[in-house]
Amino acid sequence: MINFVIRRIGIAIPTLLILIAISFFLMHAAPGGPFNSERGVPPEVLANLNAKYGLDQPLIVQLWNYIWDIITKFDFGPSMVFKTRTVNDIIAQGFPVTFTYGTWSFVVAVVVGVSLGVAAAVNHNSWLDYIAVGISIGAQVLPNFVLAPILVLIFTLGLHWLPGGGWNGGHWPYPVMPIIALSTSFMASIARITRSSMLEVLHSNFIRTARAKGLPKNTVIWKHAFKPSLLPVISYLAPAFVGMITGSVVVDVYFSTGGMGQLFVASATSRDYSTMMGITILYGVLTIVFNMLADILYAWIDPKIRL
Amino acid sequence: MSLLEVRNLFVDFSTPDGTVHAVTDVSFSIAKGETLAIVGESGSGKSQIVFAAMGLLADNGKARGEVLFEGRNLLALKQAQLNNVRANDIAMIFQDPMTSLNPYMRVSEQMTEVLVLHKGMSKSAAHAESVRMLEAVKIPDARSVIRRYPHECSGGMRQRIMIAMSLLCRPKLLIADEPTTALDVTVQAQIMHLLSEIQQEFGTAIILITHDLGVVAGSCENTLVLYGGRILEYGPTRDLFASPAQPYTKGLLSALPRLDEDGEELHTIPGNPPNMMLDIKGCPFAPRCTYRVAECAETMPPLVNFEGGRLRACHVAIEDLK
Repeated sequence: MINFVIRRIGIAIPTLLILIAISFFLMHAAPGGPFNSERGVPPEVLANLNAKYGLDQPLIVQLWNYIWDIITKFDFGPSMVFKTRTVNDIIAQGFPVTFTYGTWSFVVAVVVGVSLGVAAAVNHNSWLDYIAVGISIGAQVLPNFVLAPILVLIFTLGLHWLPGGGWNGGHWPYPVMPIIALSTSFMASIARITRSSMLEVLHSNFIRTARAKGLPKNTVIWKHAFKPSLLPVISYLAPAFVGMITGSVVVDVYFSTGGMGQLFVASATSRDYSTMMGITILYGVLTIVFNMLADILYAWIDPKIRL
Repeated sequence: MSLLEVRNLFVDFSTPDGTVHAVTDVSFSIAKGETLAIVGESGSGKSQIVFAAMGLLADNGKARGEVLFEGRNLLALKQAQLNNVRANDIAMIFQDPMTSLNPYMRVSEQMTEVLVLHKGMSKSAAHAESVRMLEAVKIPDARSVIRRYPHECSGGMRQRIMIAMSLLCRPKLLIADEPTTALDVTVQAQIMHLLSEIQQEFGTAIILITHDLGVVAGSCENTLVLYGGRILEYGPTRDLFASPAQPYTKGLLSALPRLDEDGEELHTIPGNPPNMMLDIKGCPFAPRCTYRVAECAETMPPLVNFEGGRLRACHVAIEDLK
């Protein structure tokens, strides 16, 4: 297990370096730069700015300096657009927001999705199954940029129950609608995966054995069938969790939460090289860490996997 | 009184293409301590008879008729009552020991839960009893084997574990559904030997479901021959092997490879098993039968008693089958 973690970290470092290099070169290959504006900047000013941020050096040198600063000082550089702030500041401000509503969305999506999936599978081909399948298909085909306005229409403009936007430090009830908007489609996928894998497990030979032993239905489901039917769900959860805690552009923009999704898009459109790189690296690290956690969880459930 | 009596059992499966008549009007009984073989090829309905009795049919399956265990109709029991019969009175072992044990649970957990549930034992008492039972089925080093996961055991060992697990509550009837099909020949012989020992030691009645007549010959008192979901012949195994009284039984026996005869080719029964979706009016074996007469395609011959205790369903006179 400890060996496994060490090995995975060993793989993670080159993976991250490759990720950094590719996104770095791709970003610089895109036309435009952080200091281009509609009015145009005098060439002398542009040259000064480029010199200040080190953009006048060869790309490979820039990449080296960038990585060196991260390793030695954990410094992701100054933002090239928000002149007074560093990338570390920007992420420290935006990430807690998305992490909060992302984690809650994850919890909601897993609890509701797994319950719905299990209920549907256990009552296969009954009205409960049809309702569960209907809900999950409906939730999946409803994109969140459609769902978000509908939520606002109902709960803000219609019922006046919930604020239509803003974050307010994450205090109730501001995160409620972002959480619903973000979790719905994940919940639907989790329900679908749980249902089909639970159905498959329920038709397997060892479940027939468990029934032949006279175990009550609940014991068969929760003690024998539940754990194995979670395996496919877990491999879906790792990328889903990263997707949720790094936020959604639509949710951030629509509800003005000030989260990472919004920052990422803003930094990309304004060619804020350093902010974009910082966010990309954060996503990369999170993806690697949570995939590793998923593998550990997998091994815990399936004794045939030894780490 | 017989231990288990099946009366006019029908099993149907509704599928999108129509209804499959897996078992049609099957009646038989098994006495205390008896061993009965149910023989038939794949799809003959042999497993579905016992699945119906145990309430283990697939969701789209429906059983009609009566399955009386010590006078109680299992088909009419409520789920909780049936759960009480399972493992306690009737236990079952399955064809594929590789997939029939839960791969995500240790052997100890899978065995002890049976005793905790049915006998109200404490975990530690159940554990001790499970080890004893593993030793009874000749598993060496049972104390360490019980801590393993199924994938850490060989196929033969897993089937022994299944057998030990099925015997925990000392059931009166053990149903073995092709217990040796997935195993090596040498292991097959060991498992069959083990089953006959168990039968003697515990006095357990055994229903052995198989398509392997070689397995039947040495181990079962009575044999039931099933074809197309119907009983074609029943009788003491010895008599049935010595003088089969039904063309299908005859065909099955001649299809057994023999070492004491010079012959290049194995005998086969030409043709294919019947389509179970059709309502077959006559004898299901008629299209493949070399003895058939006009009547065979028209009406199903009744099961008739002959030679005291043997049963056969055939329009052709016994003398003509010789």
